[in-house]
Amino acid sequence: MTTTSKSRSRKPGPVEMTAPLDSDGDAGSTARTMGQDKIDLGSVTDLSILDANGTVDNALDPKLPAAELKRIHRAMVMTRKLDERMLRMQRQGEMGTFAPGLGQEATQIGQVYPLTKDDWYSPSYRSFGAQLWRGWTIDGLMLLWDGYFEGFTIPDGINDLPFSIVIGSHVGPAVGVAMGMRSRGDNNVMLVNYGDGASSQGIVAEAMNFAAVYKAPCVFVCENNGWAISVPSENQAGVRELVRRGPAYGIESIRVDGNDILAMIVATQRAVEHARAGKGPYYIEAQTYRMSLHTTADDPKVYRDETQVKQWEAKCPIARFETYLATKGVLSEADCERIGQECEQEILASREVFRERARANPREVFDYMFDELPAELLEQKEEYLRKLERKGLE
Amino acid sequence: MAQCTMVEALNLALDQNMAADNDVVVMGEDIGVNGGVFRVTKGLRDKYGELRVLDTPLAENAIIGTAVGMAIYGLKPVAEIQFSGFTMQAFDQIEQNMARLRNRSRGRYTVGMVLRAPYGGGIRAVEHHSESREAYWAHTPGLKCVIPSGPRNARALLHAAINDPDPVVFYEPKAVYRAFREDVPEEPEPIEIGKAEVVREGSDVTMIAYGAMMRPAREAVDDLADLHNVDVELIDLLSISPMDTQTLAESVRKTGRCVVVHEGPRTCGIAAEIIARLNEHAFEFLCAPIRRVTGYDIHFPYFQVEQHYLPDADTIIEAVQETVAWE
Ligand SMILES: Cc1ncc(C[n+]2csc(CCOP(=O)(O)OP(=O)(O)O)c2C)c(N)n1
Repeated sequence: MTTTSKSRSRKPGPVEMTAPLDSDGDAGSTARTMGQDKIDLGSVTDLSILDANGTVDNALDPKLPAAELKRIHRAMVMTRKLDERMLRMQRQGEMGTFAPGLGQEATQIGQVYPLTKDDWYSPSYRSFGAQLWRGWTIDGLMLLWDGYFEGFTIPDGINDLPFSIVIGSHVGPAVGVAMGMRSRGDNNVMLVNYGDGASSQGIVAEAMNFAAVYKAPCVFVCENNGWAISVPSENQAGVRELVRRGPAYGIESIRVDGNDILAMIVATQRAVEHARAGKGPYYIEAQTYRMSLHTTADDPKVYRDETQVKQWEAKCPIARFETYLATKGVLSEADCERIGQECEQEILASREVFRERARANPREVFDYMFDELPAELLEQKEEYLRKLERKGLE
Repeated sequence: MAQCTMVEALNLALDQNMAADNDVVVMGEDIGVNGGVFRVTKGLRDKYGELRVLDTPLAENAIIGTAVGMAIYGLKPVAEIQFSGFTMQAFDQIEQNMARLRNRSRGRYTVGMVLRAPYGGGIRAVEHHSESREAYWAHTPGLKCVIPSGPRNARALLHAAINDPDPVVFYEPKAVYRAFREDVPEEPEPIEIGKAEVVREGSDVTMIAYGAMMRPAREAVDDLADLHNVDVELIDLLSISPMDTQTLAESVRKTGRCVVVHEGPRTCGIAAEIIARLNEHAFEFLCAPIRRVTGYDIHFPYFQVEQHYLPDADTIIEAVQETVAWE
């Protein structure tokens, strides 16, 4: 997947980057190109700023202040540590089935970094790094993945949708929220996150078209982690470059090295500005890799060659960022070590909170069905409560 | 005879039918190289190749839509939807084409295909992985819908479904997938879609259940016999649509009392249909109102509390006792 795209990839200059895959003005010329032998890929823009060795492209470096860099680094480390801890908890029977995000930390943090609190975020089920950044709590996420409905409580002060387990289905409402923003003349943006597998769903295609037609301020982040359970992304779609789905709908698009936190931030920033400025939706394909299991119920040994995983280990988003931070004198190796431990401590403290909060509340299952429960449902609820009583549960 | 789990029994039915008929193809998400997330299609890809075992893109509506086309062309597709919750993505093609193409083409084309999907709660799963919405398919004209309860009838029913000239929705109780083993004969057993099975004869009250609910139903029946001196006639419905009204009505004419059990939501559920039919066919024999023990009209709860949602033996026993006590 990546090797083919690599050979075609061109690094854009900063100016060029402001007009990747322009669709609007180019509709006619695209049509003309289509008639010729070969489709012009010249305008497909790949963005990479910090390479796998931690070498930065100075011309593109967003040069964020040290305090911001530290905040971003910590969030990435926290994402990874939480992932590791949850996996251990799951293996010890203290956590339900969940979807680890190992290796996708840059994609996760980079896509939400440019959002304000007033913007909206619609996560995937693998987005807990981004959810933490947005203000979801560690204990809340633990509750949620351990089957406690309470974990789905949306934290006060943010506009986020709960993720939907049904692949791609959340993209419809996400575009609708963005259409609402446009109707009201609000200056906010919706950012929606989904996988390469999701890009095959009808609703994703239909919603992208709506976003384009209504110039909805919606940023699509297609997180291409190479796999949809056992299906590699090259078997998921006839088109290798999923980024080309964007221009097909008339949506400005860019492909980004998703393991490069700086590129993710720069691309998302640009996408968000574009949407906020009333220019319509924006589409980002973030190329990354699912290093771990699809979910804790999955066994990738059945379908994938571990040498591919090894290759991606060398592209670790955190390691390259730490090299960059060390070169800049922002964080030393010892600092990183300490931060890792602090994150671990914070997670363990949150696990205690989770353990305390982990009390099933079977009484509430009727409570969020309607504004007011219709009489027939009230009757069912009473019947259900009698059942709980009989079982000795209040 | 081999001792099989339901997963193995289903795999056997697929394997034997693929071996016997090159037109049988299986398709779905992660069913090839991975052998299916529940391993029902394990080994088939190696045996029959990628043209007959299709790992599809992640698009249920297209899985069913294209399966319909393959069926029209003469193949016998068995399409897996990874969890029945995602049949909703395919509602469009199920209703518009799978159920209708025979009629729309005035019988020129037939849709001999199977939609397989694991359904039901009880496996500590996340949202949309526990639904029991078979009523949708019973409500859709042009479809058949069957639900096995154990390895042996699962194999027999799947064999019948694959060879049925019309579209069959085949719901598999995932809570039963590996719950127990049964002897499954090497040779396919004939079983007729549309027939219920009286699994225990009794005289006091009829109990009708299917799928995963057969387990708490059996438990309740045993307790009622051992501890409460109530003799239950237990019927495994097996076929949701068409429904074996005759077997159900005969039993109720005998016992005069009836309790229906299912885990799906109550309103317009399968029990509602059964009760309506018994009203039509056994009303004058009834000694008590027919009771239903079902899921509630709410979204399937998160897994820490799912056991309270699902009908259990105690709730079923209580309903039976009330029915038997009615004068
Ligand atoms: C509509 C639907 N179909 C099938 C599934 C089962 N399923 C869960 S995750 C998954 C793969 C998703 O792949 P992708 O969109 O690439 O996201 P990733 O899991 O790689 O993050 C599948 C098939 C589902 N949840 N929803």
